[in-house]
Amino acid sequence: MSEPPLGHLLDAGLLGEPVAAAREGTAEYVLEAIDLHKRYGHNDVLRGVTFGVHRGDVKAVLGPSGSGKSTMLRCLALLEPIDAGEVRLEGRRIGVRESGGRLVPLPERALARERSEIGMVFQRFNLFPHLTALGNVMIGLTEVRGRSKAEAREIAQTMIARVGLAERASFYLGELSGGQQQRVAIARALVMNPKVMLFDEPTSALDPELVGEVLAVMEELAREGMTMVVVTHEVGFAKRVADRVIMMDGGAIIEDAPPAEFFGNPQHERTRKFLEAVH
Amino acid sequence: MDFKPSVFFEALTSPAFIDGVRVTIMLTVVAMAFGLALGLLVALLRASPWAPLRAVAWGYIWVFRAIPALVWLLFVWDALPQLVPAFKGDWFSAFAAATIALAMNEAAYAAEVFRGGLLSIDEGQRLAARALGMPPSKVFTKVVAPQLIRVTIPPLSNDFITMLKLTSLASVISLQELLARTQTLVASTFRFVEYFSAAAIYYLVLVSIFMVIQAQLERRFVWISQQTASTSALSRVRQLAALR
Repeated sequence: MSEPPLGHLLDAGLLGEPVAAAREGTAEYVLEAIDLHKRYGHNDVLRGVTFGVHRGDVKAVLGPSGSGKSTMLRCLALLEPIDAGEVRLEGRRIGVRESGGRLVPLPERALARERSEIGMVFQRFNLFPHLTALGNVMIGLTEVRGRSKAEAREIAQTMIARVGLAERASFYLGELSGGQQQRVAIARALVMNPKVMLFDEPTSALDPELVGEVLAVMEELAREGMTMVVVTHEVGFAKRVADRVIMMDGGAIIEDAPPAEFFGNPQHERTRKFLEAVH
Repeated sequence: MDFKPSVFFEALTSPAFIDGVRVTIMLTVVAMAFGLALGLLVALLRASPWAPLRAVAWGYIWVFRAIPALVWLLFVWDALPQLVPAFKGDWFSAFAAATIALAMNEAAYAAEVFRGGLLSIDEGQRLAARALGMPPSKVFTKVVAPQLIRVTIPPLSNDFITMLKLTSLASVISLQELLARTQTLVASTFRFVEYFSAAAIYYLVLVSIFMVIQAQLERRFVWISQQTASTSALSRVRQLAALR
């Protein structure tokens, strides 16, 4: 379980090298963030975020609001361009391409292809209201993966049954509870067979009694070996399910440890204070 | 009271009248179609990240909402051929001129309707579509457009009805639509009441037919399942409320 020291990440810095060379790097991590920087105007939201997630691991990300957790996830999902640093998926640098010996951001169409390898679940579900639950799960298969409607329907039906909503497949989102909507959203991301799933506070918009059903689906996913990064305020979930827990504050990671250590003996004063506050 | 039912019914069924109705319908549909397409383009330009494009769109809306449709129609028909020789050709019929003028007028209003519609769609929708890996064209056609159509049906239906009535302006450039036909017949018979009443009836019927079509369209864009539709009208109201 021990993570290698951060030094190796610097060795792995392939800035300026052809992207093809990066492909051959050993995929030690499924998803890796290396020195991510992001700034909105004069506001440094991310100030050098570095971490990696091993295959099948669950990384929980805690931290006060405004600490940059959601921005980090959006950068990892290639939904926000980063100002500096690297995102690597299975060892391959993503979001950029080589042009004339320099790395430049990918055009939107190429970014879209890379995004389809990463599953993203949002705090506010963001289901498509003009589609049924099944339609929401199918649309990625038909419009991104190029599957036929019949194929997509079959795969989507299996997936929607996996999140326990087979009977609700033909319902529109106005007819689903928040918990059900979030489970559909998970199925929608999962059906793309992503290499990693990112969750942005998936239970924060839910009524308390609906949190459990969503966490149950996520725990099941973790058991099945899905690689996950979960931004959450659910300390219980982080304790039970995460392999490592990250504490973010002020746009940087201030603690990164296995849950027993993280919750039992936090090294950073800020972490201690945060844990006291949320308990 | 000087009202002869026989003249009224004769007007209603006269071939000249029906031909005028045909021209009115065609002009409405064609000008509306071009107006909507141009309006969507202008709305998308207004949302462009590039300031000069936004300025062009803003300028378009500013100019064409300010100029009365009748003034613009006369300008296109009479002044445009003087300005641009290409408009001197035979192809530039009264119908073509009316289509251009009314479509450009409509585009300014439709652009604002589309802009409001685009603003009303939650940013999370585009975000989720992009996260799935959809390229920009699919984000628009598969996710944004269906929601845009839904919210713009009521205001654009209003525009459609306005357009139907605005086509009567084309009578001043001698397009033989419903009003021009009516005036011709009135000029030879002096039966004002019967002929204008007949024309009014036709406009009423056309708008009524369109209102039925609008209701059908809106029904297609109520996103509820069969089960709910058949069991409960209340949850339908709830769903509509939730989507606001």
